[in-house]
Amino acid sequence: MKGQGIAGLTISSIQAGLKSKQFSAVELTRAALDFAEAENPKTNAYLLLCPERALAAAARVDAAIAAGRGGGLLAGVPVAVKDVIVTKGVRTTCGSRMLEHYVPPYDATAVERIEAAGGIIIGKTNCDEFAMGSSNENSAFGPVRNPVAPDRVPGGSSGGSAAVVAQGTAVVSLGSDTGGSIRQPASFCGVVGVTPTYGRVSRYGLVAFASSLDHIGPFARNVRDAATLLEAMAGRDPLDATSASAPVPDYAAHLTGDVRGMKLGVPVEYMKNATGETAALIEKSLQQLRDLGCEVQDISLPATEYAIACYYIICTAEASSNLARYDGVRYTRRAADSSTLSAMYKNTRGEGFGAEVKRRIMLGTYVLSHGYYDAYYLKAQKVRAMIATDFTRAFATVDAVVAPVSPYPAFRLGEKLNDPVEMYLSDIYTITGSLAGIPCMSVPCGTTSEGLPVGLQILCNHFNEQKMFRLAEAFERRL
Amino acid sequence: MRGGARSRKGFLNLKLTENEVRYVANLANLNLTEEEVARMLHDLGGILEQMDRLAEIDTEGVAPMAQVLFKAAENIEKDTPTLRPDVERAPLGNELALANAPVSGAGYFKVPLVIER
Repeated sequence: MKGQGIAGLTISSIQAGLKSKQFSAVELTRAALDFAEAENPKTNAYLLLCPERALAAAARVDAAIAAGRGGGLLAGVPVAVKDVIVTKGVRTTCGSRMLEHYVPPYDATAVERIEAAGGIIIGKTNCDEFAMGSSNENSAFGPVRNPVAPDRVPGGSSGGSAAVVAQGTAVVSLGSDTGGSIRQPASFCGVVGVTPTYGRVSRYGLVAFASSLDHIGPFARNVRDAATLLEAMAGRDPLDATSASAPVPDYAAHLTGDVRGMKLGVPVEYMKNATGETAALIEKSLQQLRDLGCEVQDISLPATEYAIACYYIICTAEASSNLARYDGVRYTRRAADSSTLSAMYKNTRGEGFGAEVKRRIMLGTYVLSHGYYDAYYLKAQKVRAMIATDFTRAFATVDAVVAPVSPYPAFRLGEKLNDPVEMYLSDIYTITGSLAGIPCMSVPCGTTSEGLPVGLQILCNHFNEQKMFRLAEAFERRL
Repeated sequence: MRGGARSRKGFLNLKLTENEVRYVANLANLNLTEEEVARMLHDLGGILEQMDRLAEIDTEGVAPMAQVLFKAAENIEKDTPTLRPDVERAPLGNELALANAPVSGAGYFKVPLVIER
């Protein structure tokens, strides 16, 4: 098993390789770890590799196969996990100095389920601090470089998880999405990224950013692998009261390639400002979808123009509350000058958090503070209801909504770093789906003249992931 | 300080002040350097300008949406259960719970003295 070989593997090719004894899970894991270690300096996508845990998991898979029990849906598959998802005994930093030395005492449910299905957690990936950012430049441990174009960002906040899959140093990975943090980096790196329905995957063990918006979802190099990884993680978890009990379908069975007669809506509010090569690639994709037999029509999502304001009020308000727990008492870091309780809180937080996290805590505290609650937070929750209603109305006439993921492809490192407003505005196409809690994904739809990947976004109604995957996979087959 | 923040009454067409930045930082238990206060004043001002756009949209009669699943429940067969059986489960345990504490002792988290005897 040679390193470069990892980059071409899929979940099903790994299953075939294990079955035909072309390689064992331990051999594959060793090769994957070696390859990741050798390639990582190019991108800084992994914050750490966990060979001990990975090789132990691989040995269990080999033993299960040898005993004739079968290895599971993800047997032997090298999986990378975003560093906001806790892993027992393996350092989990959230890309923050605050948690630089934090070693969680338990596993996230998603991680536990991946290993139960035979998946091999090989390492933790870099991300924007506490998942706050759209470029991965807010990590305390340095930015990630886009493997497709090293002078550019991989997107964020799950930049590391998108980069490892694009680079081939993991077969699939886990990200988290609050306002586009899976779809946007997937689009920038040219991989598949899925934000499932809110509640589809348990958030137990996902370090909380904005609880009414946080999702865990998969990255993969093709739709089928993303669907398989989602299937392995999804479903009710008693440890997360917001996890849904809706049955988990056999997603692969829905990948028929037949999307004839499927009705697709294109939001006029999204397309009216779309320009340049991104817009041209989306238009080309719409034609390809028509060629596949889909009926494409314009739809209107009128509340869209208020989505950015709505999202940044809700997410910062929730973040200011969730991040109150980093107070110098429980999570590893305490400022040296902690002579009083108040000094301990203020100094620990002042030293431990980076600029973007502080900005969001300040905004969130401001919008929740006395006199502003009704004007900001309550108002934003009402606008959120209108955004969700826009989608409900759309799904009464169409099966799926198709749209761009980002107004532009991967930008240069440093290009938008000093302009938070500009950075926030770049989330325009992804936050609406997050606010509505509907499943949405990015699937590669082509590259610009500079060779930069562009993603097509597909959004479906709650718990309609199978329809979304069917459309995405049929689109993927078009070439 | 509180009066300073309250004077803005909802939507601000007024400019954020340095005092307000310090007031909010204090509410958030966040120590900011002088440079950070200045930067925050600039950045928050620009972002709040965006947020103020919400005043334009008519939300009369719209119920606030705090949560997603209540909506989603209409689209699936069964409602999402939020109750579980009351069964005993082993807790994390004292040692593990304290493992990441910066300062602990005698089975507790230790913090600076709060109450004088």
